[in-house]
Amino acid sequence: MSLSVENLRIAYRTLRGDVQAVDGVTFAVADREIMGLAGESGCGKSTLGNSLIFIEGRMKHVGGTVELDGKALPISDDRAMNHHRMRDVSIIPQYAMSALNPTKKVGTLAHDLLKSRGMKLAKVLPEFRRRVALVGLPENVLEMYPFELSGGMRQRATMVISTLLNPSLLIADEVTSALDVSNQRAVGELLTEFRDLGYVKSMIVITHDLSILAQIADTIMVMYAGKLTEKASASTMIDKPLHPYTQALLSSLPEVGVRYEDRELTGIPGRPPSLLSPPPGCRFRERCPFAYDKCVEDPPFMELLPGHQVACWKAADDVAGGAGREHNEASATPSGGAGDASPERGPSLGARAGKGAE
Amino acid sequence: MTRYFARKLGLYVLAFWAGVTIDWAIPRLMPGNPIAAYVDRFALNSQGPWTALYKLFDKAFGYNLPLWDQYWHYWDNLFHGNLGISLYAFPEKVTTMIAQAAPYTLALLVPAILLSYVLGNRIGAMAARRKVLDNTVLPLGYLFQAMPYAWLALAAAFYLAAVEHWFPVEGGYAAGLASGFTWAYISSLLYHWFLPFLTVFLVSFGGWSIGMRNLVIYELETDYARYLRALGARGRLVRRYAYRNAVLPQLSGLALQLGTVIGGNIVTEVVFNYPGLGHLIYTAATDQDYALLQGIFIFIIVGVLVANFVIDIVYIWVDPRTRLSMQGAAA
Repeated sequence: MSLSVENLRIAYRTLRGDVQAVDGVTFAVADREIMGLAGESGCGKSTLGNSLIFIEGRMKHVGGTVELDGKALPISDDRAMNHHRMRDVSIIPQYAMSALNPTKKVGTLAHDLLKSRGMKLAKVLPEFRRRVALVGLPENVLEMYPFELSGGMRQRATMVISTLLNPSLLIADEVTSALDVSNQRAVGELLTEFRDLGYVKSMIVITHDLSILAQIADTIMVMYAGKLTEKASASTMIDKPLHPYTQALLSSLPEVGVRYEDRELTGIPGRPPSLLSPPPGCRFRERCPFAYDKCVEDPPFMELLPGHQVACWKAADDVAGGAGREHNEASATPSGGAGDASPERGPSLGARAGKGAE
Repeated sequence: MTRYFARKLGLYVLAFWAGVTIDWAIPRLMPGNPIAAYVDRFALNSQGPWTALYKLFDKAFGYNLPLWDQYWHYWDNLFHGNLGISLYAFPEKVTTMIAQAAPYTLALLVPAILLSYVLGNRIGAMAARRKVLDNTVLPLGYLFQAMPYAWLALAAAFYLAAVEHWFPVEGGYAAGLASGFTWAYISSLLYHWFLPFLTVFLVSFGGWSIGMRNLVIYELETDYARYLRALGARGRLVRRYAYRNAVLPQLSGLALQLGTVIGGNIVTEVVFNYPGLGHLIYTAATDQDYALLQGIFIFIIVGVLVANFVIDIVYIWVDPRTRLSMQGAAA
């Protein structure tokens, strides 16, 4: 087991009190696994990713432990973490396009960074050049300033620098968000290639774009309002999601699993609750078409089917009663919007691809 | 590269021409007649000799010529290094007067500005990270910077010189002392130099340190700084990068300050009666001394332009982004 996170809680200090952005999260990422972490903005996915490498001043580690390759990762100790950063755990930040100092050449920056870590660039230089070529950057990119590169090139340069020391875990935060679709695909392929070549042992790919996860992720984990809602293999998540939020999320995307000639795309009505003082119980309750009285209790994140964890009372009842199919068919008609996204009715991703070709 | 510099140089030549022309025109547009005022000083009783003397001086200074001729002569003289003759200190040459006053001004202001620039940047950068400094040095900086300079200078002259007698109240050196390379003369120079230096230093130190503090705080919050820290870079590297980038805007400010230094600091030199260029400007303006005023202004114009040109070159060296625009200009 490469990474295991136990009941992690991260808060933001604000003037009005602590905002629980990550509220008791437990999960694991296996060796060579690419885990997609999805959710809407503000659900805490980036906070979760950042907290595994760099807890900034306004963030606070409230509780929970992180283990990487069997050893505890001292995430709340900034100094002790320095040893692990880049070497054991690394990040391609959300702001990857502006992550390089504009007044330093790419090579100089890498040299200074490694020197500051007590290492020599000369030792990794051949590997550095090989990877620069692999990601499709010109050979002389080390002698170039960031402003001489396009946004996409800067991002790939950041990708190479971040993974230079072959970290166990790479956090790739919204790496495809600012790119056009062809570049999205290319970057997605590079990420899997980095894993396959052993540059990175395992990876957490943070995104709000489920279609890119369908392409590269082995497993997908969905967060909502600071909590985990569902985790399963990528194909299960896209074809047979159990949590109503995941179902609604999929139904609101044109790319994945929706026959939009039959009906209009739907969003999810309502907004996530404030994380300053979230209401007790399931956080999706207010927007959930299936909510019932039991939902005022906090649903545990349980493994309902092998390798499929869900935090939902309704899904738990359905699976326990073996009534998943009946439930989905019954609920589809009255609730319209989110209910229509029942997995059996929507075509799979593969089917969608086929339709596109027709 | 060459084209970039040629274009820059062209701009500076244009700026020089405009500056000199305005410098030539302004005294002539000012109210008052300097020749009449000068002749009045002879206290002649009758109109006849007055008119004769007026005509003589008018011709001697060339003010009887048409304006175009005056303008032409002005440029002609300028290229021969002749800035004219002072009226107020007749028949002293303007160039000689500037040459006498300039060392005082330069020795007073250049160290004050450079030292306050270097220390202000260092302390400001430190204050960006250390609460203690931020709560002690910075409020002092704000205080000195917000204080009207004339008031600060007067207060210093009054308390430290007139009341406590730690420093002399006025002058560049002790009266009656022969100038020369003697210990008595040099120590007297330093003794008189210190108080005006201190007041200028304090005020500009406040400005530099406040500016640098804010710039460094901004740089430490930028994406590249966060990225470096996320990858475990030592604080020293992050600070070095932040300092290096924060100092760029400060450098442009230094260029402007150093340029205007050449003209002296009028208030300082008037308050401490310091025999520099600022004092000379004040005298020339009050006595309507065209030639002297114009001469000093030319000195300032050249100073500002040269300082800017030097900083332009330094900027290309320290900020690679300017090199990009240079390539654009050459392409």
